[in-house]
Amino acid sequence: MKNEQLSDRRKFLLTMARGVGLSAMGALVWTAYVEEVKAAPLVLRPPGAKKEADFLKSCIKCGLCVEGCPYDTLKLAAPGDNLPMGTPFFTPRSIPCYMCEDIPCVPACPTGALDSKSVQSELDGAMWWDIKKMDMGVAVVDTQSCIAFWGIQCDACYRACPLMDQAIKLEYRQNERTGKHAYLNPVVVPDVCTGCGMCEHACVTEKASITVLPREVAQGRAGSHYVKGWDKKDQERVKSAEGGTTTTERSKEKAIDTLNDMGDLLE
Amino acid sequence: MKYLIMRRILQIGLLALYGAANWYGYKTILQGNLSASLLLQRVPLSDPFAVLQMLAAGAALSSTVLIGAAIIFVFYAVIGGRAFCSWVCPVNMVTDAANWTRRKLGISKVQKRVYMSRNLRYWVLGLSLLLSAVSGVAAFEMISPIAMAHRGIVFGMGFGGAALLVIFLFDLFVHENGWCGHICPLGGFYALISRFSLIRVFHDAEKCTACMKCKEICPEKEVLHMVARSSESVLMGECVNCGRCIEVCDDDALNFSIRKLAKKAKEKS
Repeated sequence: MKNEQLSDRRKFLLTMARGVGLSAMGALVWTAYVEEVKAAPLVLRPPGAKKEADFLKSCIKCGLCVEGCPYDTLKLAAPGDNLPMGTPFFTPRSIPCYMCEDIPCVPACPTGALDSKSVQSELDGAMWWDIKKMDMGVAVVDTQSCIAFWGIQCDACYRACPLMDQAIKLEYRQNERTGKHAYLNPVVVPDVCTGCGMCEHACVTEKASITVLPREVAQGRAGSHYVKGWDKKDQERVKSAEGGTTTTERSKEKAIDTLNDMGDLLE
Repeated sequence: MKYLIMRRILQIGLLALYGAANWYGYKTILQGNLSASLLLQRVPLSDPFAVLQMLAAGAALSSTVLIGAAIIFVFYAVIGGRAFCSWVCPVNMVTDAANWTRRKLGISKVQKRVYMSRNLRYWVLGLSLLLSAVSGVAAFEMISPIAMAHRGIVFGMGFGGAALLVIFLFDLFVHENGWCGHICPLGGFYALISRFSLIRVFHDAEKCTACMKCKEICPEKEVLHMVARSSESVLMGECVNCGRCIEVCDDDALNFSIRKLAKKAKEKS
């Protein structure tokens, strides 16, 4: 009797061990795939999307935003697109975001992966859709292939921009080659640009010379070491910065002592 | 055949409604897909297993999706969880096709059975939640052939068809009921929540002539352990309520019943 009980327990433990072993094997392949496909830094998300990591957590891949979009801008990533499967994205060169004033894709989201509050502003005590708060990415100009920078007159992107003269400005320069013409160079104002991609869609060059990239990819960060001393507002930015000092063997002594200490060199 | 026909009508009808919403903008009845949808433009519905994974991944979810998941959860907990598998899930049509071909070609008779535990799905279920927590995304939703199938039909297939072909070939040549009956964690999830569900197949042993046709056709043979032995309801959560056993039974020994009524009927006899 006692022996039988023991062997039952043994059997159970072995079954469990086999399950754990198989699971570990499966987990290895499974996580490898998930981690790989998660890394899609260039994907452009719908308006109001949370930060990519949070967005991936909370998107249920139902496509209600896709159906809410009246322009067929949004697509769900299908197997083979090499994007996190089933998540919504858009390709502005094909169909840009037309920035509907009521942003119908956002309230369609059942999970909050598209956050209504992030694209609303308060006015007279009520919340209103505010397309200027959309942030899908930021447009970047390739000044080498942009024909406006060659001196050929083109303001396609400037005129296509829904925030004309705010998100893209034209910078006038004298064309020294001809001596009597002007360059009308498009310059993006990153703080204003919403990343809708109408400029990329409108660009006349063979491959778009102005492209929308996720802000995280396109923009740098000066960090707290650099401050615009002439700008009071910028001081605010570094107010809560934590001091970062590097300590090495040498820095334990005073600088003047280290500089005067020639002992090591002479020996 | 009537249950089979009804099932196909429901399965294809749902996909047609979802498809009509996306392709033609007909959103009056149903829109979205099986992961989450909007019924009659008002009632949110969502996949409770997907929501569970998302919570495991650490998502902050809005109440809409939680309400939707609760509605579906309660619905299947009452109807019989795995009714989803045989009445709604599009993969069911793929695996049924594989099973049908398998029977016609007599593969099961020739092939030595590969050992694969039916409990494997619970391991995959546990793993889905664990990996969701580790990687911060709903892990099964990233690879789910079920989602690939319905999303593919509603929103565009991509290479999703390949996944379905693989499942078809796996079920046909490698293991009978391999995907739906052994691996799929969504099936496992619905099996777990249907413990107390009301709609059950009732077996009447007095009418049974032990021809075993029901066991031959059943995709989850274990649940019919009482056949030819005793009169009782099929209580195991793994039963998909597909009604195939009822259809093939020539003796009227199997029928759908409401759980408690079945019990009372049994007490009377």
